[in-house]
Amino acid sequence: MQLSRDDLLQAYRRMKIIREFEERLHEEIQTGEIAGFTHLYCGQEAVAVGVCENLTDDDKLVSTHRGHGHCLAKGCDVSGMMKEIWGSREGLCKGKGGSMHIADVDKGMLGANGIVGAGAPIMVGAALAAKLNGKGNVAVSFSGDGACNQGTTFEAMNMAVVTKAPAIFVFENNHYSEHTGVEYAVGTEKDIASRAEAFGMKVARADGTDFFAVHDTMREILEYVRAGNGPAAIEFDTERFFGHFEGDPQRYRGKGELDRIREERDCLKKFRESVTGAKLLEGADLDKVDEEVLAQIEQAVQDARSAARPTAEDVLEDVYISY
Amino acid sequence: MARVMYRDAVRDTIFKEMQRDENVVVLGEDVVGGMGTAGGPEAIGGIWSTSGGFYEAFGPDRVIDTPISESAIVGAAGGLALSGKRPIAELMFADFIGVCLDQIWNQIAKFRYMFGGKTKCPAIIRCIYGAGYNAAAQHSQAPTGILTSMPGLKVVVPSTPADVAGLLRQAIRDDDPVIFMEHKALYGLKGEVPDDDDYTIPFGHARLCRAGEDVTILASGMMVGMAEKAADKLAEDGVGADVIDLRTTSPLDEEAILDSVEVTGRVVVVDEAPPRCSLATDLCALVAEKAFASLKAPPVAVTPPHTPVPFARELEGAYLPNPDKIEAAVRKVLAYNS
Ligand SMILES: Cc1ncc(C[n+]2csc(CCOP(=O)(O)OP(=O)(O)O)c2C)c(N)n1
Ligand SMILES: [Mg+2]
Repeated sequence: MQLSRDDLLQAYRRMKIIREFEERLHEEIQTGEIAGFTHLYCGQEAVAVGVCENLTDDDKLVSTHRGHGHCLAKGCDVSGMMKEIWGSREGLCKGKGGSMHIADVDKGMLGANGIVGAGAPIMVGAALAAKLNGKGNVAVSFSGDGACNQGTTFEAMNMAVVTKAPAIFVFENNHYSEHTGVEYAVGTEKDIASRAEAFGMKVARADGTDFFAVHDTMREILEYVRAGNGPAAIEFDTERFFGHFEGDPQRYRGKGELDRIREERDCLKKFRESVTGAKLLEGADLDKVDEEVLAQIEQAVQDARSAARPTAEDVLEDVYISY
Repeated sequence: MARVMYRDAVRDTIFKEMQRDENVVVLGEDVVGGMGTAGGPEAIGGIWSTSGGFYEAFGPDRVIDTPISESAIVGAAGGLALSGKRPIAELMFADFIGVCLDQIWNQIAKFRYMFGGKTKCPAIIRCIYGAGYNAAAQHSQAPTGILTSMPGLKVVVPSTPADVAGLLRQAIRDDDPVIFMEHKALYGLKGEVPDDDDYTIPFGHARLCRAGEDVTILASGMMVGMAEKAADKLAEDGVGADVIDLRTTSPLDEEAILDSVEVTGRVVVVDEAPPRCSLATDLCALVAEKAFASLKAPPVAVTPPHTPVPFARELEGAYLPNPDKIEAAVRKVLAYNS
């Protein structure tokens, strides 16, 4: 599908926001201001954005521990997320959840998730609700190559098939679950899509570092699922540019691997080459977006730094609606 | 004696027991680390560095790096144990018992009883638990009490490197399933550990860490250090506290608790889990039932509130027990009716 100039600029902006958000966090974490465990999404931007550009706020998304990119792509507020990661009471989740639990239900973002494999069943529920509502909406889960080994993921896939839920299982294969390689942990010759296929659903595979491949594959699958044909799965081959979590020494990487993937598998670089090569956008258009995004991230960090801190009384709120 | 870190006491004890008994096997996510990668096996040796060098020494059949599959890990530990092995399964975070609770609660804990005492299940589930790292609601919990409520499980909560060594070795040699709770904030703690390769601490024997006659403070895991700090502060004001480290919550050393309360007549219970239906309420009930006549004040529990563990520093700080809160609780029981 031919994307309009505005569509292209928006997609690039969203990917760039994720990139700069994460690059900045990588720096800020060294200063000790940010607490907790942070898993950065850098390198996988084209997957989140290529998938989510096809969705509306009424389509639901369930994410993972590596959720910043999914949240940003689904439209969560940049500043609200930054404040959450800083633990501010002005954050999207009032500082109660932090990096691993960002959610914004109004945007159809049903939460990042600290439990690997917890997302897929929740997504099936959201898909069944969409089916009940009958408006053609879908639900999407992101899962890693590690999460695909959880029984919960298997159960969710089978249940989605037997209930014909409008569910889309997006598998982001970044080749590692923590320090373990996908070749070791996934028994089916590294292939995740074939597992989904064995459960009886339509599957597709695409290069997750190529925004256009992601976008087109998702659009095709989405049409199929929206039409009431039941669930589907997509496996994207992608790369994570940082460690599993911030502070990971990454001894499992090959020599020169990080330089190579930054050089050859950078989805933003590829996007730029592709759109300028085809004369769809000028380099200057993208430079302008780069500048604006950097300023936006800078502002978000400044806001997060000075945002109100939570107090001891806040601990007790939000456990229940009524007491 | 050697000065050893808590985490190294875990590693060294398992290593030596694996050398001693070829039936001891280890399994869990990234317990080798680097499997199927360019960096190769042992690229990390466990995310908590508690299994470094295992793979090299004992090979893939005894050091089993698993996919992310907690139900299968714990279930397989059960099957290994029913088949004559002594598996040590690692749950990278204790919170993940949520993923595999069936295998712990309905399977491993109950085999012996359901099978009429005709089998044994010497499986160890190492649970890395506790708050203090702003790891939020799904990576910070202390399910010690929940697991203690399950008949069939022994639950061990070491608070020092020496206790890690003695209790872990005991657990490995024990024929029942054992939940071994390691507090992540204690991993860097250093302490003297006996060199004896047969050093064991029998289950159900609490440790008296401070002695005093005015109040009894009951604690386990990370709470022990906090209770000791509070006791030291109170001692400056002439208040004497018995600080009792439970060491194992199942079996529980009731005698040590009741003997102490008989003298002090006052009890403060400290626990890291929310208060309802908890270890804290269990201990309060114990002294109310069995030491009622000695009590000079109602028992007081110092616990987090009835909420999940929050993320932000300020929130987690307010959530957790600390020495000040323990001291205040002691002053409260001392002030009762006086
Ligand atoms: C149930 C559960 N088990 C283990 C973990 C620890 N853990 C967090 S992320 C992770 C690896 C996940 O790998 P993958 O699904 O490939 O996602 P990626 O990190 O590559 O994005 C593990 C083992 C967890 N959070 N939850
Ligand atoms: Mg992965």
